[in-house]
Amino acid sequence: MIGDGAHIEFIAWAYIGVAVLTVALVAYVVWDSLRVDARLKALDKAGIRRRSDESKR
Amino acid sequence: MSVDTVKQPNWFSRLAHPGQFLAWSRYLIWPLAIATFVSFAIGLWFAFLNSPEDYQMGDMVRVMYVHVPNAWLSQLVYGVMAVSALGTLVWRHPLADVANKAAAPLGAVFTALALYTGALWGRPTWGTFWEWDGRMTSTLVLLLIYLGIIALWRAFDDQLKAGRIIAIVTLVGALNIPVIKFSVDWWNTLHQPASVFTASGPKMPGSILTPLLVMMLAFTLLFALLQVVRMRTEILRRRAATLSRQAALSAPSTGFAGPPPRGGGIGAAK
Repeated sequence: MIGDGAHIEFIAWAYIGVAVLTVALVAYVVWDSLRVDARLKALDKAGIRRRSDESKR
Repeated sequence: MSVDTVKQPNWFSRLAHPGQFLAWSRYLIWPLAIATFVSFAIGLWFAFLNSPEDYQMGDMVRVMYVHVPNAWLSQLVYGVMAVSALGTLVWRHPLADVANKAAAPLGAVFTALALYTGALWGRPTWGTFWEWDGRMTSTLVLLLIYLGIIALWRAFDDQLKAGRIIAIVTLVGALNIPVIKFSVDWWNTLHQPASVFTASGPKMPGSILTPLLVMMLAFTLLFALLQVVRMRTEILRRRAATLSRQAALSAPSTGFAGPPPRGGGIGAAK
């Protein structure tokens, strides 16, 4: 169990920094993925799609 | 040529075809996400609630549970990129440069976190946030290499050409990995020598080793998850870029205006 002794601020800042940057990284990866999906959907809506996709329709 | 003489692609080649990769990798995402979440939950429970203080460092040992996994990943991710570079140059594998491009930002973040947590760990234990010794300096060089590779990917419009150039840069940069690994043996340093991956096994008690290994597993699963998602995104981005380019060239009256975005290569319409 973690105590409330010396250097607690260093431990806290280490975990806060890791949490913030990790969450930001995950958010960026998800946002980038959604952005590309939206672009492909916009192309599809405009009738621009791969020939192999057209043959499946 | 008769049908009998046509060489059939092996199972690995079929699985690694960009279209096939998109098809099967979608089933990995949720299991990886759940495994990552569970591993972090268990790892953090160990780290804060069920692991002892170190007899020398006290509670500061808990910083190790986030520092070592990020340091481990900073090198593992570069190893993945180096193998991808070989895949680009030697086997001309269609997913190799996608893997390289997907991994670079992830490696940069893990390396930055290793440096950040290392500095916070160093201040109370060594009396300084930073020292220009072999381990820390070579890890900073690794971060700069990651940033250089990310910048190179953004500098080229032709992603296939970029892939070959960056593969060479990646392999040259791989020379830094053994320097990081053995720096604590080669030079006098404040940094402690290897204590997990040693020939004689880990040099720490199970009560501290267990949370460390669980956190390493959690971060490694997180990398695997993000790498799969980023590779899928990159394949689709190149597919969108190729479609945009083809549409701009063949049917300007479709109403799809504007310059085509960057990308191209694999995932293109066939």
